[in-house]
Amino acid sequence: MASDDAEREATGDGIGEAPVVGADGASEQVERDRAAWQLGKAHRKVDAMERMRGVTRYTDDLKLPGMLHAKILRSPHAHARIKSIDSSAALAMPGVFAVVTGQDFKIPYGIIPWTPDENALAVDKVCHVGDGLAAVAAVDEDTANAALRAIKVEYDVLKPYFDPEEALKVRDREGTINPYSRKGNVSKHVLLEFGDIEAELKRADLVIEGEYFFEGTTHGAIEPHCALAHVDGGGVLTVWSATQVSHYLHRELAKVLELPPHKIRVIQPPLGGAFGGKSEPFDLEFVVAKLAMKTGRPVKLLYTREEVFYAHRGRHPMKMKHRTGFTKDGGLLGVDARTILDGGAYSSFGLVTTYYSGQLMCSPYIFPAYRFDSTRAYTNKPACGPKRGHGSVQPRFAMEIQLDKAAAALGLDPIELRRRNAIKAGEKTVNEFTVGSSGFLECLEKVERSSGWVEKRRSLPYGRGIGIAGSTYISGTNYPIYPNEMPQAAVQICLDRSGRARVFSGANDIGQGSNTMLAVIVSEELGIPLEDIRVLSADTDLCPVDLGAYSSRITLMVGNACLEAAQRLRRKVCESVAKRWGVPRQRVTLAGRMAIDREDPARHVDSAQAFQWAEADHGLLGETGSYNTPKDRHGEYRGGTIGASPAYSFTAHVAEVEVDAETGLVEVKTIWIAHDCGKALSRKIVEGQIEGSTYMGFGEALMERHAVDPAHRGVHVGPSFLDYRMPTFLDTPDLEAMIVEAPDANGPYGAKEAGEGPLHSSIPAIANAIYDAVGIRLDRLPFTPQSVLAALRQREEQERAGQLAPHKRADLQPRRSA
Amino acid sequence: MLRLPQFEVVAPESVADVVSALQRPGARIIAGGTDILPNLKHHLGTPQHPAELPPVLVSLSRVTALRGIALDEAAGVLRIGAGVTLSQLSEHPEVQRHLPSLSQSAGLVASPPIRNMGTIGGNVNLDTRCRYVNQTHFWREALGGGCLKSEGNVCHVVPGGRNCVAAMSSDNVPVLISLDATIVQAGPEGVRELPIEEYYKADGLAHTNAKPGEVTTELRVPLPKGPRRSTYVKWSVRKSIDFPLVSVALRFDLGEDEATVATVKVVVGVLGSKPRTLGKLDDVVGKKFGDPVLARMVADAAYAQCKPLENVPYEAAYRRDMIRVYTRRAIEALAAADK
Repeated sequence: MASDDAEREATGDGIGEAPVVGADGASEQVERDRAAWQLGKAHRKVDAMERMRGVTRYTDDLKLPGMLHAKILRSPHAHARIKSIDSSAALAMPGVFAVVTGQDFKIPYGIIPWTPDENALAVDKVCHVGDGLAAVAAVDEDTANAALRAIKVEYDVLKPYFDPEEALKVRDREGTINPYSRKGNVSKHVLLEFGDIEAELKRADLVIEGEYFFEGTTHGAIEPHCALAHVDGGGVLTVWSATQVSHYLHRELAKVLELPPHKIRVIQPPLGGAFGGKSEPFDLEFVVAKLAMKTGRPVKLLYTREEVFYAHRGRHPMKMKHRTGFTKDGGLLGVDARTILDGGAYSSFGLVTTYYSGQLMCSPYIFPAYRFDSTRAYTNKPACGPKRGHGSVQPRFAMEIQLDKAAAALGLDPIELRRRNAIKAGEKTVNEFTVGSSGFLECLEKVERSSGWVEKRRSLPYGRGIGIAGSTYISGTNYPIYPNEMPQAAVQICLDRSGRARVFSGANDIGQGSNTMLAVIVSEELGIPLEDIRVLSADTDLCPVDLGAYSSRITLMVGNACLEAAQRLRRKVCESVAKRWGVPRQRVTLAGRMAIDREDPARHVDSAQAFQWAEADHGLLGETGSYNTPKDRHGEYRGGTIGASPAYSFTAHVAEVEVDAETGLVEVKTIWIAHDCGKALSRKIVEGQIEGSTYMGFGEALMERHAVDPAHRGVHVGPSFLDYRMPTFLDTPDLEAMIVEAPDANGPYGAKEAGEGPLHSSIPAIANAIYDAVGIRLDRLPFTPQSVLAALRQREEQERAGQLAPHKRADLQPRRSA
Repeated sequence: MLRLPQFEVVAPESVADVVSALQRPGARIIAGGTDILPNLKHHLGTPQHPAELPPVLVSLSRVTALRGIALDEAAGVLRIGAGVTLSQLSEHPEVQRHLPSLSQSAGLVASPPIRNMGTIGGNVNLDTRCRYVNQTHFWREALGGGCLKSEGNVCHVVPGGRNCVAAMSSDNVPVLISLDATIVQAGPEGVRELPIEEYYKADGLAHTNAKPGEVTTELRVPLPKGPRRSTYVKWSVRKSIDFPLVSVALRFDLGEDEATVATVKVVVGVLGSKPRTLGKLDDVVGKKFGDPVLARMVADAAYAQCKPLENVPYEAAYRRDMIRVYTRRAIEALAAADK
């Protein structure tokens, strides 16, 4: 029996298969191996085979009998009042079933309960090119599109505002972009001060002042947003949606559609990427739901790629002014940051983004004084929101270049400067957050060693350079988006007589592998391989509530809930086996699809038998687990809970670049990344997240630009994957991902996040490497060849004027010629 | 996803049947479809084929006569069927041996999947492109109602301009011009062959001299008669997928000494609607190919004679500077390979 299993295991290709503990293994060996039976191994994702074979059914693959197709009419104006909408001609067209407008959705919503400032379709005014104002359901997409063209809209065109600072100056009603705003175009303002920043800057030996601009970027998930709605005979509305927050969608649907929550079911089918771009409700979900209610037919809507760019909710453009004080030894004394966030037309997560732009800067370095003053402006652009590394990627760019400038000014190795200021485990940040574990120093050490930093700093010629940056990120937020005292995460697990487990989890697997993570935990605890575990996720009818895939919360929070449920079941199973064998429970362990006697490993039964004994003793085997966050880790001030997390991850990046001084092209050769994820539950997935995050940052550094063209009525500069350039495989540098494990007491097996942190410092590491290569500071993103050339010319002039010495050794300088 | 308009497809098997099918109203040729299908999704027509007219797509997929590459030693040309895919062209041993710059340019178009579909006939007939044109109908409406090349009557690149300056963005056309290729057109009035250089004109709306109802059947490229150095240089933001932002084809025919330049032809693409063949290169003839002055002379001529426009992304001034840099470097690389 055992050998059959062993054979079955051995036929795998090494992925997803852990060694089976043989019957002849010594008990100590069993115990030693048990801890590593699944944890930290390389696993094939539980959905990998379906995806690779192309049989995964995404939302758009779903088809129901009698299904209608919906399309949304969008505004060609950046800012206009809607005078009238006449949809009678559209409704009269054959094949058109229903039309909805803003009048059908008068209840505003917003992902943050304090800022409900958008309607599913515009009610009185449109606020950016691409804002939706009406929708039709028709027999097919072509008929729906034709019907849109038949809808007559009269607009009063208003003056648009594309510059956030200009928008902030507006005080009158006419110039107030968002219809619900009561403070002109101020979407959110946060001013927080810790310690005496002016005093610290005064006593500083060196104050670095810098101005930075982070350009808007978007997520670029391959799968466009899609939703399908259906009302069944009992009046229950089911919405299938490509969302990463099914629970919040559930709540907002209930609110806007005025339906009781128990009459709504939300299902998230497999996703083709999200990266934060699907973490709130969008117009299409309300539209299909309402149209399904109106027509009695299933209704589906798939965004065009262009619509995805208008839905956006990507990285906020930020203008940042930093003053940073240092002692002559490189000790960090204080940071004074002023930030303008360009929010676009709606709040989205903007309240949180505004806080994050300051709150997440107080680690991985410790310093005694801090002030940040962040203002988010409404502008006539697609709304910004959370993109991988929400709110903190932009200020991290400023912060890490400031540190590099200080190191250069003080003649210090920039890694050494960071080391001297590194926050230690258990310390409190200046904004009163308690940091648990920290592997930051080890991250620095790993990238320093593997990149050959010390040698390269000395020897790389002009044109070639190396740069460092560090960062930190949260493993979930301590407080949910809507205040409540219920668990932040819950998981239910059932075992059955065939030796399998079913895991019910509300968490959204968005490709990051959270379903696999749950399977690994259940496998580790219950001794059955991943293939015997079914994870059913993100269906509000079947699964316990989970808050969703955002703020890198799932591994820590849902992982903990899952671990609790799995350990409860493990105890029951071990107990029943122990009873049969007449030994204490502690002598029984579960691994390799068996229950094994630790002291006499020849004695074992397969998992199915063990589960049957336990079911006989306890009745049906089902357990739940819940997780709630520790409530003692935040700051005691208004906003002090925002940015507080049960555990923080740490990252260090070293980038090596080559700068072509004649073309201005930057080629990033290699990026070394060390990331402290606490404990890698599934090694390949963590490495994939590290590489993917770093790649994403690299693309933002060199190419990506999500912006509108103020000279052309505010149209998007290129809402397609041809014009919005994300790097191809050929453009991507070598990525050397290294895992650092500083286990955190709050994480399952010590695990912390890995999905967002490793993006942050890739961008400033590249900027700092460019400085090392050719002596120019690029304080604006992206680093286009034109901006590189302009900075080089400026430096040349300064050198000619004798204001600057030539960068690097003169004999290494190539002679420029054009 | 964007929808295609409803269209009819016909798939004739001979060139003659293609020519007669092209007489139908709305008839447009489809070969690999990599240019026309996105244009149809974007509701883009041409003066001959208004976007409102339901398209009749005349597919070349069954015209096997268009698919070959043949070395015609007697005539001293390589004949390339218009239906040859860009992958086949790039990888063909005779092309690689005799016409390396053409192998290079074909291999640099877009991405491997697109090169597997796209044909050389389609590529030389690639419609001109512009940042204000190749967008959705909705986007152009938001822009204020399109432009000369779409629904409108203004130019966003040259304000006040009455002539469309959309960019000829084919990687292969500058190379084919540099190699003195000819293009064979079959139409209702029969078959004609003309120098490919004369096929293009400076009008972004109708940038070729194709006559109504004509189909490109073949490209004929003269084989080198003596030692030759040729190359194609492309710069785009990404190393794959993108259309060129700098595009230069170079050809130097050398004397028997394999060193003295006898003939030089340099063609630059992605300016306006017509590639530019550099003039005033007489001083280069007679120079030694390895002479560093030569690279600089040609690069300076390219800079002086080429004025990119804001019709594609990236500032025109930068692209102009880069034409000089990339031209010089391309010649230096060719010379270095000789050593």
